[in-house]
Amino acid sequence: MHVVSPIRETLVLNGKTYHDVTEDICKQVEGKPTKEWKIVFGISVLVLLYGAAWVFWTWWEGLGVWGLNKTVGWAWDITNFVWWVGIGHAGTLISAVLLLFRQKWRTSINRAAEAMTIFAVICAASFIVMHMGRPWLAYFALPLPNTFGSLWVNFNSPLVWDVFAISTYFSVSCLFWYIGLIPDLATIRDRATGTRKKVYGALAIGWTGGARAWARYEDVSLILAGLSTPLVLSVHTIVSFDFATSVIPGWHTTIFPPYFVAGAIFSGFAMVQNLMLVTRVVYKLEDYVTLEHISLMNKIITLTGSVVGIAYITEFFIAAYSGVEYEQYAFINRATGPLWWSYWAMMTCNVLSPQLFWFKKVRENILVSFVMAVVVNIGMWFERFVIIVTSLHRDYLPSSWTYFTPRMGDISDYIFSFGFFFTAFFLFSKFLPVINMAEVKSVLKSSSEKYPEKKKVTA
Amino acid sequence: MADSKYLVGVFDDGDELLHAVEDIRHQGVKIHEAYTPFAIHGLDKALGYSFPRMGVAAFLFGITGTCCALLLTFWTMGVDWPINVGGKNFFPFPTNIPIVFELTVLLAAFGMSFTFFFMEDLGPTSKPIIFDVRSTDDKFVLAINLAKNKLSENEISKLLKESGASEVNVKEV
Repeated sequence: MHVVSPIRETLVLNGKTYHDVTEDICKQVEGKPTKEWKIVFGISVLVLLYGAAWVFWTWWEGLGVWGLNKTVGWAWDITNFVWWVGIGHAGTLISAVLLLFRQKWRTSINRAAEAMTIFAVICAASFIVMHMGRPWLAYFALPLPNTFGSLWVNFNSPLVWDVFAISTYFSVSCLFWYIGLIPDLATIRDRATGTRKKVYGALAIGWTGGARAWARYEDVSLILAGLSTPLVLSVHTIVSFDFATSVIPGWHTTIFPPYFVAGAIFSGFAMVQNLMLVTRVVYKLEDYVTLEHISLMNKIITLTGSVVGIAYITEFFIAAYSGVEYEQYAFINRATGPLWWSYWAMMTCNVLSPQLFWFKKVRENILVSFVMAVVVNIGMWFERFVIIVTSLHRDYLPSSWTYFTPRMGDISDYIFSFGFFFTAFFLFSKFLPVINMAEVKSVLKSSSEKYPEKKKVTA
Repeated sequence: MADSKYLVGVFDDGDELLHAVEDIRHQGVKIHEAYTPFAIHGLDKALGYSFPRMGVAAFLFGITGTCCALLLTFWTMGVDWPINVGGKNFFPFPTNIPIVFELTVLLAAFGMSFTFFFMEDLGPTSKPIIFDVRSTDDKFVLAINLAKNKLSENEISKLLKESGASEVNVKEV
């Protein structure tokens, strides 16, 4: 007997059958690109080209094109890096953590979220390479035998841990994403003819959906989820170590790892929210990404936003309680110093605004959800800016105190990352299925209106 | 596999297929394989397959990663080029935990996944036998090799129909 809890909201609306799912999702892969897609893709490519020209100029001319100075040696570069890495946490979180918690609603959004993760991590890595100034020497960060004497990287350095964490996270995320794609690629292969059949056939690596393969596949997915969950937590923990292991007041705090991870989930979910709200309209997927999904995402945004809010307050309290004058000054300077506006932008966007989601009406309003997701990501950018720039600009030596003003180089290199991110996302959404068909089909029975007679048993 | 004749039962529903597998195996018919568009829980058990043990591969590759990472950090930091930082240990264990953890996860994930590809013969050049193209869309397919069964084609076909198959086709491979 098939048992369905009567309280559960349906995840897929309008009585979709298995075949409807295939048709709805494959449609955009098989059809010609729509006019809307061409327009947005064209804009993204233009933005990417503009940014790429500036990145080239950054490399050609050197980091002097940025607004860095003697006191503020890290500013937008590392802010952008941490921001993008944070955004890149949602994909694995949705796929892995929600899989372990058996949250079925993840099936409609996990594919796009994982793709977003991969692109966001590439954007993050681009800032690491950019801020090296001499990117052709990036391989110095790897423990390679070399001709400069057997000098190795210093494994005691959190920056080296970061190299390992980000590259492991990137590779494992790609693997997880690809393994999730295999059954859907096979679906496209079996519907296609000609070149498309060959290309998707090679990508589907001969998947047939045999029962033994599925059993092993499920086992692999579960173990990958189990491996990715501590991995995703470790990545932002290690990113926070870049700051926490230093001796700069405002950075040297033990609360950083959990606080960074919560912030990462917060901003990542906001970005997924933004992308899915657009994708569901453009590809007419309103039956798959429903108000229920949006509302659930908003609940997680509220939760993590509140965690981040508590972390901000705790930081302040600990600075006061520590009795260390420098630490106390760093925090008072954040809130009332020359960069006060960035601190209060962060507080308003991250702590206050998500509290509106306690109201069901607000949580289920699509326009508000979209705007709020943008607001959250602005807030999270400011959080990193506050941590990095306001802790640096007034150091131990008052004669070195200064202010940071971005220059065109800072702004354009940031624009480059958006150009890349959206170009990659639009390519993905055209050539690969944006929703995991196999997984949506597997939850169809327990969460669709298609099987009323089976629901009646328990209702 | 040349000239093997298969009976292909097509079902509209996963639960029907699951029950059909149980009924048909109960009659002593050997099933080649069942193909479904998504994972049907309990189908592997009904077909008599052993529990998938991909975790073993993950563990073995993971422990390899742990050992490699420890060896790498210990040899470079402690043996090949020790750096004296204020008289501290050349090889402080806690600072190596991140590297060891990351390499463990990396090798476990990739090792297990490639073991899976190898076991299932998955690769860009593999040529799968597809009994019914709809089995990756909305149909649940049961393939039975006639040469490996004592019952006749008609008898098995009747069994498939009785257990709920909407179509029974013949496919020669």
